[in-house]
Amino acid sequence: MSKNELTRRSMLKAGVAGLATPTVFAGAAWSFTNDPQGGAVTLGFNVPQTGPYADEGADELRAYELAVEHLNGGGDGGMINTFSSKTLDGTGILGQKVEFVTGDTQTKGDAARASAKSMIEKDNAIMITGGSSSSVAVAVQGLCQEAGIIFMAGLTHSNDTTGKDRKANGFRHFFNGYMSGAALAPVLANRYGTDRKAYHLTADYTWGWTQQESIANSTEALGWETINNVMTPLASTDFSAYIAPVLNSGADVLVLNHYGGNMVNSLTNAVQFGLRDKEVNGKNFEIVVPLYSRLMARGAGENVKGILGSTNWHWSLPDDGTRAFVQSFGTKYGFPPSQAAHTCYVQALLYADAVNRAGSFNPCAVVEALEGFEFDGLGNGPTLYRADDHQCFKDVLVVQGKENPTSEFDVLEVVEVTPRAQVEYPADHPMFGGAEASLGNCNPGA
Amino acid sequence: MLGLNNKDTSLFLVIIVLTILAPVLLNPFPTESTLAQFNAGYPDLMQKFVVFGIFAIGFNILFGLTGYLSFGHAAFLGVGSYSAVWIYKLFTYNVIPALILAVIVSGIFAVLIGYVSLRRSGIYFSILTLAFAQMSFALAYSVLSNPKFNLTNGETGLQIYANDLQLFHREGLPDFPHLFGLSMVSTYKLGVGPWEFQLNVAYYFCAIMMILAFYFAIRLFRSPFGMMLRAIKSNQQRLNYTGLNSRPYMLAAFVVSGMYAGLAGGLLAVTDPLAGAERMQWTASGEVVLMTILGGTGTLIGPVLGAGFIKYFENIFSKINDQVLHQWFTFLPDGIEDVLVAIVHPFIGKGWHLTLGILFMLVVIFLPGGLVEGGQRIARLLRRLSNRDKAADATNVSAE
Amino acid sequence: MDALLLQILNGLDKGSAYALIALGLTLIFGTLGVVNFAHGALFMIGAFCAVFIQGLLNLSYETIDETQKDFLGNPLKVKTPYLENWFGPETGGAIIDWAVPLAILFAIPVMIAVGVIMERGLIKHFYKRPHADQILVTFGLAIVLQEVIKYFYGANPIPTPAPSSLAGAFDFGVLFGFDPNAIIYPYWRMIYFVFAMSIIGAVFAFLQFTTFGMVVRAGMADRETVSMLGINIDKRFTMMFGIAAAVAGLAGVMYTPINPPNYHMGMDFLVLSFVVVVVGGMGSLPGAVLAGFLLGILESFASTTWATTTIPGINQVIIYVVAIIVLLTRPRGLMGRRGVMEE
Repeated sequence: MSKNELTRRSMLKAGVAGLATPTVFAGAAWSFTNDPQGGAVTLGFNVPQTGPYADEGADELRAYELAVEHLNGGGDGGMINTFSSKTLDGTGILGQKVEFVTGDTQTKGDAARASAKSMIEKDNAIMITGGSSSSVAVAVQGLCQEAGIIFMAGLTHSNDTTGKDRKANGFRHFFNGYMSGAALAPVLANRYGTDRKAYHLTADYTWGWTQQESIANSTEALGWETINNVMTPLASTDFSAYIAPVLNSGADVLVLNHYGGNMVNSLTNAVQFGLRDKEVNGKNFEIVVPLYSRLMARGAGENVKGILGSTNWHWSLPDDGTRAFVQSFGTKYGFPPSQAAHTCYVQALLYADAVNRAGSFNPCAVVEALEGFEFDGLGNGPTLYRADDHQCFKDVLVVQGKENPTSEFDVLEVVEVTPRAQVEYPADHPMFGGAEASLGNCNPGA
Repeated sequence: MLGLNNKDTSLFLVIIVLTILAPVLLNPFPTESTLAQFNAGYPDLMQKFVVFGIFAIGFNILFGLTGYLSFGHAAFLGVGSYSAVWIYKLFTYNVIPALILAVIVSGIFAVLIGYVSLRRSGIYFSILTLAFAQMSFALAYSVLSNPKFNLTNGETGLQIYANDLQLFHREGLPDFPHLFGLSMVSTYKLGVGPWEFQLNVAYYFCAIMMILAFYFAIRLFRSPFGMMLRAIKSNQQRLNYTGLNSRPYMLAAFVVSGMYAGLAGGLLAVTDPLAGAERMQWTASGEVVLMTILGGTGTLIGPVLGAGFIKYFENIFSKINDQVLHQWFTFLPDGIEDVLVAIVHPFIGKGWHLTLGILFMLVVIFLPGGLVEGGQRIARLLRRLSNRDKAADATNVSAE
Repeated sequence: MDALLLQILNGLDKGSAYALIALGLTLIFGTLGVVNFAHGALFMIGAFCAVFIQGLLNLSYETIDETQKDFLGNPLKVKTPYLENWFGPETGGAIIDWAVPLAILFAIPVMIAVGVIMERGLIKHFYKRPHADQILVTFGLAIVLQEVIKYFYGANPIPTPAPSSLAGAFDFGVLFGFDPNAIIYPYWRMIYFVFAMSIIGAVFAFLQFTTFGMVVRAGMADRETVSMLGINIDKRFTMMFGIAAAVAGLAGVMYTPINPPNYHMGMDFLVLSFVVVVVGGMGSLPGAVLAGFLLGILESFASTTWATTTIPGINQVIIYVVAIIVLLTRPRGLMGRRGVMEE
């Protein structure tokens, strides 16, 4: 016992000595939080590893590991070779070797913030990226703004991420609900006609509402009528009670504003109830899933065949960037990457390139380098990181479930590539927080 | 001291010393060493330790003393967080009014829910509290976050925007929860040799709150009121037959316990100005039940240990990945290294739930009294060992 | 009227899932006095029995098709199930198509074994322990079972369709003189309801009309007296645990075509089935079944547009509102007995 006390006392003494000699006050010595020291820079990959989105998170993590490998000069270089900016040369970022830490968001805001904080406070991560839901993206983005860290969002589709909740330190490459609506509506009108009556089932939370609003607005503009919008609790597992009344409502299209497990179940239920075999108002009854995820769509099996939706990216695109990425990812892991993997890989590269171009890890310099940045060769064609809201503008894919898949990965096929001009909107659009929404100032932290 | 008996005083002093030295004690491995992965001495996790410690202490006042198992305590945690963030949004970032409102509002909530739920006992009580909490969760998650009346901001969580009112917020005050100007986020980084210790304001603020909460809990456990609650646990019927109405005592315990949860919820908003609905979900209520049972139901220190145990695993084990494993085992020949990594792999990173589940089972199977019993057994073993040494010394002496 | 009928149908269906799980929970609680938080996991394991059988029947060999390319541009490997090779594509395909019903045969012995092992290996040691310890250990077990499944099958849902001849929906409305499309209902959901009713009937008949069942019922009423009569009640209770596990497992197998199973589906049902058990009254088998159907139907009604526009959010909270009302008006649930789980 006495021995213990001795060590404790000596420790305290050491502590006092530490206080007397130049102490490091987080506010004084560094110009920004977690300035990388000692030849290595740490990135924080915060993805869902448990819970319903664990598989999506695992795919994101694979993409990040691949990106780190490529940044450090390993592997075949992937999309670095096709990227229009040529600052990445396989020597890490700004000559510093790239290291990474991983964490589990659990798809919960609190857990995601805790995980991100531990990366910032304990592992000195300079940038946080990843995630598979909008609530997590918004929560972590807010945290990174407070802490003075750059946040490169992973998969997040809600308008709010770069709408009313936009932050100067946060960037989103993924597309959003508005873009889905704008891209999907013309294809829907084209295929199903302009005099359709739509019935919406909407997941009862922020993402669902913004998604529903976007789709309803863009389809109504083309002549569709929205005859009903029913909110379904997020925790629902069985949608029969919501689907059963649809046929008798006079609607001839069902729009499922659901994602992930909700989407798989509601689509399965809708097909079960024979909706697709019916005729209403003299037309074939149709089902639409505005946001597709290939990983999750597999869960719905045969039911996705021929159903239209939108997606950020798909491995079957023919451009060089996509081919290089699919080649590199597929060789390493044995299956093609998902859109979540793609957006995460791209975000990691974009961050590294921005630091190189800025010549500094300082978040404010990085923000400046990314704002208004035009690039190409990362799988989506020419893309702009808009300065006003830190949203990427690029082509959007309209896809449908494939009728004759050749493998378990071959679930979707691209129907149309909607050009960027068609999905653009002003930064002060009312669906994106209107004139009140502002990025605030970039925060370099400490 | 302070109206405590000797045993409680020493326990209380141990708690004080441990919480004050936590930033040092929880960082036993030098920053650059490969074992630094296991360090828990960074602000966020230490804050979680003490905040959930308070939550569990409060829960134990109800469950440990009276035996009433509430499955909806997270509702009070959530209500506390929402109240605190609303104070930030409307008035000021100062944490004192935020905490006061958090405790008051959660107390009112507890009176309402407790008054109804306590009409039943046993599992019927548990399900009633669960029902109320799940209703609060559903309300917070979607119903009360519609654009017309947005009280909770739904899925995204309630947070502070630049255009919020913040009536008493002035230039010069930090844009973060603060105690009369002392920002909760500021941290002294204390370098000692290869170690780095982080002394964080929010942590010490929460730690003081926990020490106070702990002190109050000791007094309550030892008070006549505490005796009465224990009597309810051992035989409520007999108590009723003596002509005593036990319900006011129960309600008081329920409300105190709810206010502890509200304080914890408010403190979560002190360390991080955001309140999300998932804090009210049944899984969060279940978590505090697990913390308390795991640590040792009805003991003073048990719930705090249980809270620390669960939060430690959640935050440390989920962050270990294959790359880290390879670093640990680099000193081994390649073949053995790969085998070891393959063996450990299912239990870390995305498998941390598995490890936690196994540990739950092991603890409850082998330590019926929770972690506290584990500690007692070790203490007993040590005492026996030292006694044997002494006895051995004595025999040696007599032999000479 | 037609909408009403439709929601009753829906409710019966949802109710049968609740009733089956609640029945198993009550059996375990009534016989062994154990609060089993791993019961949802048993439901999930049952569902994965179907996934396993489907995977087994789909075991394939690969042939290389030079005319097609895979995603890397290499020649495509085409998978053909062995069954189709052995029995020809017609018969083999049909066997694969019937994977879910076939899985029932597999699930019964597996689930009974899982139940018996669980009881002998773990639960047995917790009879005398407080309910809180039982909750902790079974909750830990539930997590472990879930994570093991996740390790092998991933987190995403896995499609397990019903046999194609049983897919599709039936137009009830025409039968009763309503307009076409007014009341349609999927065949598989009707099968699920009938299946659930027969399982429930079988369990009740087993308890009511066999000597084994009579002894078990006697044991539930007064364990000590029965064992003093020289009857080995423990052995029978172990068997009842196995049966309860099988009931949950079968509920899971048959549920897979309704919604694709994933590793955490058990947790989604766990809390609700506890509410069902308590609303029905702890320890009462008819109560559990009754409450299961009651809550299922009420939940369906609350989901209608009419209900959600009248009271916003009612569909999210209906089960809890009903639970509160029932518990406040009937202290021990609908059919609970005095003195059970009230301490």
